[in-house]
This record gives sequence, C-alpha cells and structure tokens, in this order.
Amino acid sequence: MGELKASPASPSLALLKRDLGLSLARGGGPVLAAGFYLTLMAMVPLSLGPEAQTLSKIAPGLTWLCLALASLLSLERLFERDYEDGVFDLLRTGPLALEWVAFLKCLAQWLGTGLILSLMTPVVMILLGAPVGVAGLALVAALIGSLSFALIGGAGASLTLGSRKGGVLIALLVLPFYVPPVIFGAGLMQAFVTGAPVFQALSLLCAYGLFALALGPIAMGAALRSALN
Amino acid sequence: MALSLAVDALSLKKGYRHLIHDLSFSVAPGECVALTGANGVGKTTLLRTLAGFIRPDGGRVRYVDGVDPEGSMAAQAHYLGHAEALSPGRLAGAELDFQRTFLGGTAAGQAEAIRRLNLSPLLDLETRMLSAGQKRRLSCARLIMAKRPVWLLDEPMSPLDAEHRAKLAELMRAHLSAGGLIVCAVHDPLPFEVRELRLTAPAMEAVYG
Repeated sequence: MGELKASPASPSLALLKRDLGLSLARGGGPVLAAGFYLTLMAMVPLSLGPEAQTLSKIAPGLTWLCLALASLLSLERLFERDYEDGVFDLLRTGPLALEWVAFLKCLAQWLGTGLILSLMTPVVMILLGAPVGVAGLALVAALIGSLSFALIGGAGASLTLGSRKGGVLIALLVLPFYVPPVIFGAGLMQAFVTGAPVFQALSLLCAYGLFALALGPIAMGAALRSALN
Repeated sequence: MALSLAVDALSLKKGYRHLIHDLSFSVAPGECVALTGANGVGKTTLLRTLAGFIRPDGGRVRYVDGVDPEGSMAAQAHYLGHAEALSPGRLAGAELDFQRTFLGGTAAGQAEAIRRLNLSPLLDLETRMLSAGQKRRLSCARLIMAKRPVWLLDEPMSPLDAEHRAKLAELMRAHLSAGGLIVCAVHDPLPFEVRELRLTAPAMEAVYG
C-alpha cells in the first residue's frame, strides 16, 4: 500500500468497460437486438399491407412497441452471466455498493443495446412513412425510453435471478412496466405528427425515466442481495 | 493491518436446516483458523457470512476495528470461493487488469502476483481455456494485487498442484506474519501452524431446547 490511492471513479469505470466489452465481444447482445428490431419492423408492412397511408399512421406507435420488445431480449443475461461465474462474489468485495454495481451494469447494457436501438428508431420510423421532421424528437424520446426500459428491465432481471427459465418470467414481470413509456412515447409522436403540443407527453416520458432512474437501482440492489445469499 | 475478527453466538440456517448454532470464536491478527468438518456442514455458508454476503439468523460478526459486515467490511476482506469469478470469454490478462482496478490494487502488486504465481503464460488465453488449477492461481492473484487484512478462503488448495500448493502456503504465511488473518475451509491439513475449528451439525435439542 502507501502508493497513491486510485480515484473512486476508476472502479466504476473499470466495471462499465468490462461489461460493455462483454456484451460487445460475445456477439449476441447488440447485433441480435438490432437484427430482431429490424426484422420485426420489416414484418409490419408485410402483415398490414403496403399502403403508405395506413403505415404512416401507425408507424410511430408500432416503432415504440418493437423498441420495447427488442429491449427485452438480452435482459436474461444481464446478471445471470456474472451470477453463474461467481463474479458477484468479487464485485461485492469491491468498494461499490450493490445498487451502484447494478446501475452500472444496466448502463453498460443500455450503451451496448439501447443506444443502438435508439439510433435506429428515427430511421425505421421514417422508412415506415412517418414525416422526416419527426427524426430529432423521435431520437430524444427513444433515448429516454430505452434508458427506462433498461433500468426497469434490470429490476425484472434481478428479481428472477437464479430461477431457471427466467427469460419468459422477466418478460411477464417487466412488460406491464413498459406500458407507460410506450404510451407516452407513442403519444408524443402522434402529437407531433398531428401538430398538437408535445410538451406534455415529453415531460411525462422524462418523469418516467427519472422514476426508473431513482427506483431501479434500489430495487435491483435489494433483489440481488436476496438472490446472492 | 491489525484487524481481528470476533464472532458472537452466530446461528446460520439454510432453508429450514440449522447449520450452525450459537458459534462463538475470534481470530486475532496473524492467526489462521482452519474450518474443518464433513461435507455440507456449513463451512462455505460460514465463510460467506464472514464476508458479509449472508445475513446471520442470530448473533453477529464483528471486525474489531469496529467495522460492520454490512458496510465497508467487504472492502477489508478477500473472499475466494468455489466459483472463480472469471468470465469464460475474456482474456486472463484483461480479467486481472479489471480485478486490480476494481479492487483498488496497484500495478506493482499485479506484476508481483504475475511473477509469484507464474501467471505470465496464461495472460493471453481466454479464461475458459484454463484448467481448474490455473483458474485458481489466477484467482489467488487478487490476494497479492490488493492488500487486505482478511482472507476468507474456501478450499483454496484443492485444484492446485503440489508446486503451487507450496507457493500458496508461502503466501498465506507471509500474510500472517504481516499481521493479516485467514479463515480457510480445508480438508487436508495446511503445512503450517493453524488453529482448527471443527464444525459439527448442531444437536436438535441445542437448537430447539
């Protein structure tokens, strides 16, 4: 000891880098979610018919629905990987609180998956016939939405940790909580397209994001602590 | 480094089964306690409780220096369990770097760990390619990289070959003489002086009487 003490940020950064590396390196994660998202969206015109009028009307809402579904995909592996390998034993002897560890893992998940899905959202929406002007707002909304998806999803993932076949259980637990951002996000797009004021829907979406940000880590910490006994 | 461990009237349950009832002991700086006992008697559960991972059903664990297991205690101890805490797809070197930064170790400590545990041939391999003994050596590196007063080791010797058993024993002895303390679950006797704590299943009347 006696050498200069590492700054408190560096363990957090190291964990973030490791988790991001894990999700990117193992294939799966981002590529899978992006592929799923695109395939789902490509099926929309095939199932509903190619009339531009219908498509442009439902594009914003459907995009949000698909964004929510694609965000579910890699949740199962979020904590399970490290749980099985015993990495949590190491993480718990580190300097960071379990809540913060869980938050960082969600953040890494979001950076690896949600961010890419968000960047794709305006493109997909416009391809389906939404007006080009919607792009900026759609991106902002998708960023906030996917971050809350990641945090709420993390709470679901931590609750099902250690149970076999956790994947479906996570979806069942989490999807009801994905409803509000889907409503606010799709409503926001609708309001923008019809020329109504967007402030209300956007602030509700932000409020939900803050709710997820505040409660997600606490819920994850408690659930992880009980699962890791 | 002078930290001692006191366990007062500890009771542990696993499910409905009482593993440990009314156990008290203390470990002074420079002392090594070897936990022995039959399989399933609760050695691992006890170690995990000492690490603060499990909340005891009764009694308490104190690190005298006044640190509580729930709080910053975890940052005083190394816990080496059966699972090696290595992600199979990552390079051994990258895992070592991560552990060093995360646990607040030093680059010098890392170099020392690599030298003493002879890890340099392993660093460029993915950890899933390593044998059980090689993984254990990699895990032991954090004992050296980040200096902590308390070592909680769960059968640390079992996958190691004779040469590395001797090396680990040497590390443990050095840790003790530097004033650290060790609690270690073992089946084979350790090659230096230890205090044995033999765990036995509690009698029914002791628990319910």
